Amino acid sequence: MVVQLYLDLLSQPCRSVFIFAKMNSIPFEFESVQLCNGDHFSEQYGKVNPLRKVPALKDGDFALAESVAILLYLSRKCNTPDHWYPSDLQKRARVDEFLSWQHTSIRPNAGIMLWLKVMIPMTLEKTCPAEKLAAAVETLNETLQQFEDKFLQDKAFIAGEEISIADIVAYSELMQAFFAGHDIFDGRPKLAAWQKRVESKIGQDILDEAHKMIQNPKQMTVSQTALEAYKVRILKLLQ
Amino acid sequence: MGLELYLDLLSPPCRTVYIFAKKNGIPFEFKEVELMKGDHISEEFGKVNPVRKVPALKDGDFTLAESVAILLHLARKYKVPDHWYPADLEKRAKVDEFMSWHITTLRQHTGKAFWLKTMAVALLGKPLPPEKIEAGLQELHATLKQLEEVFLQDKPFVTGDKISLADLLSICDIMQSFGGGHDVFEGCPKLAAWRQRVESEIGVELFIEANGGIQDAKSFSEQKIPPEVAKRLMARLQHHLGQH
Repeated sequence: MVVQLYLDLLSQPCRSVFIFAKMNSIPFEFESVQLCNGDHFSEQYGKVNPLRKVPALKDGDFALAESVAILLYLSRKCNTPDHWYPSDLQKRARVDEFLSWQHTSIRPNAGIMLWLKVMIPMTLEKTCPAEKLAAAVETLNETLQQFEDKFLQDKAFIAGEEISIADIVAYSELMQAFFAGHDIFDGRPKLAAWQKRVESKIGQDILDEAHKMIQNPKQMTVSQTALEAYKVRILKLLQ
Repeated sequence: MGLELYLDLLSPPCRTVYIFAKKNGIPFEFKEVELMKGDHISEEFGKVNPVRKVPALKDGDFTLAESVAILLHLARKYKVPDHWYPADLEKRAKVDEFMSWHITTLRQHTGKAFWLKTMAVALLGKPLPPEKIEAGLQELHATLKQLEEVFLQDKPFVTGDKISLADLLSICDIMQSFGGGHDVFEGCPKLAAWRQRVESEIGVELFIEANGGIQDAKSFSEQKIPPEVAKRLMARLQHHLGQH
């Protein structure tokens, strides 16, 4: 029996799971959950993930939410190569540390760029106030600096010489800002070099597949229900 | 030089690490980092954790931040009993799922309750208007509902019959909202019963040792906070107020 992965490739954590599964040739059924269509509000999806978020995994009767949990579950179940989640105690701790830290740093601070630069024009038909964008950019810059200074330092990847789950998650989260139209690599050669190393490991074929939705975010179509939900969220952001 | 744990027991993730280490007899040196005094802004602490947050761990040259990472590292290094982070694939996944979920939900929303009720008084010298507090607590109510209905359901603990890191993290987060004199268990008999079980597993003495400080809300308003620290704390309070 093959696992089912409930994904929307517009979502950073979904891309992390997708890329990881593809890189490790883990067979799965791609169950599309389009957030812009409000698919996550359906009764059927509520049974898969009552938290109504993506990604989600189903393995027979076993259901699992949260990308970090899904990535770790797949790595254990499918016995992926050690470097993904190193058995070395200290290297593993570095991966855990990043996976925990990113929730309240890279995820919100890079993620918000899509909202400010794409979702606001799309839903409210006006550009984001300049001061709001400037403040968000400043916060993102602080986060990028912390990422470089603490997590990357002078290493090739977060855990050391080899790529791990941490790099895949960092990559997907950071690229959200990039695809939203904010070049996070400008003036950051260390970050750009790391990005190239990660992309070279992932490979262009998988990248093309993973990015087919997010590379043109302005082309997304949003259903009425989703639009109403987004408006609420955006107005809160703009307060 | 052995294991050093940099903690402020006013912080929920610090309490979780403290209880976990004590409960499992893990020997460590308690390095107090008093946030209200600005210890985390010091140059010395910056070398332990450049992100300047607690808890942090130092073991020889190895430093580590983030409570989830610290708990897992200690669990592995000191080979603690299985139930804390079960080897069973699905149970372990459920703990991972919870630990990931709680960071942006339970941790944030219980923290907000504490800031709106207790820290506001300490910084402003008087309580916030009730409507502002109530508005801020709405997310907490929704999160506690998810804790009950999605994670706990009808089980004694999050993973089933035994306590795990998931229960420990949640109880310490939830105690933070008590710091404002807000009894989150009022009207939630299921959660109240779960709290009793968790407290009993931890041991009442250790539970009080860790969580006693946060419940003494009055002592906060009597603290003398250095101006540099007060500035940073005010910014954080504004952040919590700005969100609704």
